[in-house]
Amino acid sequence: MYVAVKGGERAIDNAHAWLAEERRGDLGVAELSVAQIRAQLSLAVNRVMAEGSLYDPDLAALAIKQARGDLIEAIFLIRAYRTTLPRLGASCPVNTAEMAVIRRISATFKDLPGGQVLGPTFDYTHRLLDFKLAAEGEAAQAATAPAAMEAVPHVMAMLDRDGMIEAEPLGNDVPADLTREPMELPGSRALRLQAITRGDEGFILSMAYSTQRGYGRTHAFVGELRIGAVAVEMEIPELGFAVEIGEIELTECETVNQFKGSKTEPPQFTRGYGLVFGQTERKAIAMSLVDRSLRWAELGEDYTGAPAQDEEFVLMHADNVQATGFLEHIKLPHYVDFQSELELVRRLRAEVFATQEAAE
Amino acid sequence: MNDALLGGFVDAAVQSSHAFRAALTVLSQPGEIRELHGAVPPAPLSVAAGVLLLTLCDGTTPLHLAGAYDCASVRDWITFHCGAPLVSVEAAVFALGDWVALQPLGQFAIGLPDYPDRAVTLIVEMPALEAKGAVLRGPGIADAAYLSLPEVAAFQANRALFPLGFDCFFTCGAKVAALPRSTHVEAV
Amino acid sequence: MMQTPLEAATPNSESLAARKAWMGLLARAKPGRLADLFPELPAHDLLRAPEIGAVMVRGRIGGTGQPFNLGEMTVTRCALRLGSGAVGHAHVQGRDKGHAVRAAVVDALMQTNQAEALRATVLVPLQAEEVARRANRAAKAAATKVEFFTLVRGEDQ
Repeated sequence: MYVAVKGGERAIDNAHAWLAEERRGDLGVAELSVAQIRAQLSLAVNRVMAEGSLYDPDLAALAIKQARGDLIEAIFLIRAYRTTLPRLGASCPVNTAEMAVIRRISATFKDLPGGQVLGPTFDYTHRLLDFKLAAEGEAAQAATAPAAMEAVPHVMAMLDRDGMIEAEPLGNDVPADLTREPMELPGSRALRLQAITRGDEGFILSMAYSTQRGYGRTHAFVGELRIGAVAVEMEIPELGFAVEIGEIELTECETVNQFKGSKTEPPQFTRGYGLVFGQTERKAIAMSLVDRSLRWAELGEDYTGAPAQDEEFVLMHADNVQATGFLEHIKLPHYVDFQSELELVRRLRAEVFATQEAAE
Repeated sequence: MNDALLGGFVDAAVQSSHAFRAALTVLSQPGEIRELHGAVPPAPLSVAAGVLLLTLCDGTTPLHLAGAYDCASVRDWITFHCGAPLVSVEAAVFALGDWVALQPLGQFAIGLPDYPDRAVTLIVEMPALEAKGAVLRGPGIADAAYLSLPEVAAFQANRALFPLGFDCFFTCGAKVAALPRSTHVEAV
Repeated sequence: MMQTPLEAATPNSESLAARKAWMGLLARAKPGRLADLFPELPAHDLLRAPEIGAVMVRGRIGGTGQPFNLGEMTVTRCALRLGSGAVGHAHVQGRDKGHAVRAAVVDALMQTNQAEALRATVLVPLQAEEVARRANRAAKAAATKVEFFTLVRGEDQ
């Protein structure tokens, strides 16, 4: 039986008005500007862009402000906004070898051409709370040194030269797009990467961690992690040539994994790949581990039943907007469904009691 | 200066919304004839077909141009204003032409059992379009509606494929009508 | 079926490269800075009113392999024609319609006899500022370059 209900408009309006007041908080404290969020909470902005799947720092900062710092709510706002935009086209694949790196490290090669560049990193900090930040007026100054201003080669290209690592030959297939067509499994590696790069950081992190602890172990080393700006180029049909339409910051991670070889492939290293909007290295490293773990079938490895090897498990549960939508909807009015549940339980109880009475 | 750059919507958001509403109306009420305005497409494209293309087509909707409509002026206009990739028959999500040039219809996508929406939508340019001729019955029609279809047999065969099959818009000057795959068609 | 570009192929690859360079520079410019350098817009007819949309950014698997969809970015595009007949196009990052109109006007003017003057007043300063911004980041990165010293290797014992 379906019972339609309505009402509560005034309560809803008032709830939203209170929400707005709470968002602003204490009027004795200066209001946070979108520019401040963009500049000073930039890693939160980056996460919202990556999982919102829309590169626009101003919008991401606005979403964070509107969502009162709830990043999944902010990601939801960005996802909703992007559906209103006409799709003007697709870019040429970005060339990460030409990245203007601000950070570039390798755990496998210490003396790599171009050097190990730490960049603005939390690594090697002591994780002690810095109470100086509680006072205002901080204006730190970064040191500088003469720079070559030239692209640094990918570490993988060095391994690639002597066949020690699987090749990743250039291709130009049009990749599946899960924002346009429902995801069909098993998916291509391209589809998996799209799902993972916009997936929830916490989920992807846990999946990656599970492979490190032994659930589908792949023995990953970070061959290279780089962060920096790359140009985005797009073919303009009416012009007949490609034009740069902007520049975005990306984090790229390539892992090197042990591989014993298979019937068709000699023993060599294999690769996992991560590429994420913004400065998002935890996500990029985790992405490359999960990517590699999901490649077990293609590489002829054993399926051990590990969650991170299960494409459907990973891809269908990686999206935090889908997850939160389904999870949180159960708090919304379910009176109708529940009424029938109540009646069922009452009837079952009545039957049990009747049977008991008959037996006594 | 190339005329291909002229003749698009001036206020795309509002004009395409009006056009989309009209397209939905004629599709949900087969036989209903509406007018579409706001585009000035190059010949031989009608105003209504031009407005439909601006409203329904973009870089993600491969378009096939049939017969006389596959000419440089139309191609260039579509490239600039819609960005729709121009493709061969089998890959078409939309196809534009007169009825004869669109034959044989069997070459167009009719959708898959899992995804009946992956079928072609034909935009058929007509010499005339009037609410008389073939009898239409089915969803969106109270009793019967009438439309000057180019033929009857092709639409009966298409109805037999339901839920697969193609959908049609018919355009003539500024006029537009439509025939979804769900409509039963009979000769008078 | 090939789609033919609307504009006749630019006469030589040098001028094509030059146009691509200024279109890219204009796209990357900060909207406010471009407006400072080029405040007065000449009369023009819009061929495509400035439109905000999304472009799907693609990467390559492993950096070198098959393309995959990384996510979208906001882009605003515009096409217009000046009184002289010159046509300008712009696709610029972000959601600033004024930025797109201004970039398209500069693109059109750069194809006229005003190109040299415009290059000096708009493009050269934009280019210099961009180079300075990049050099500054590169210099900070260079200061964080590590020199490792191998202390002892396992097999040395």
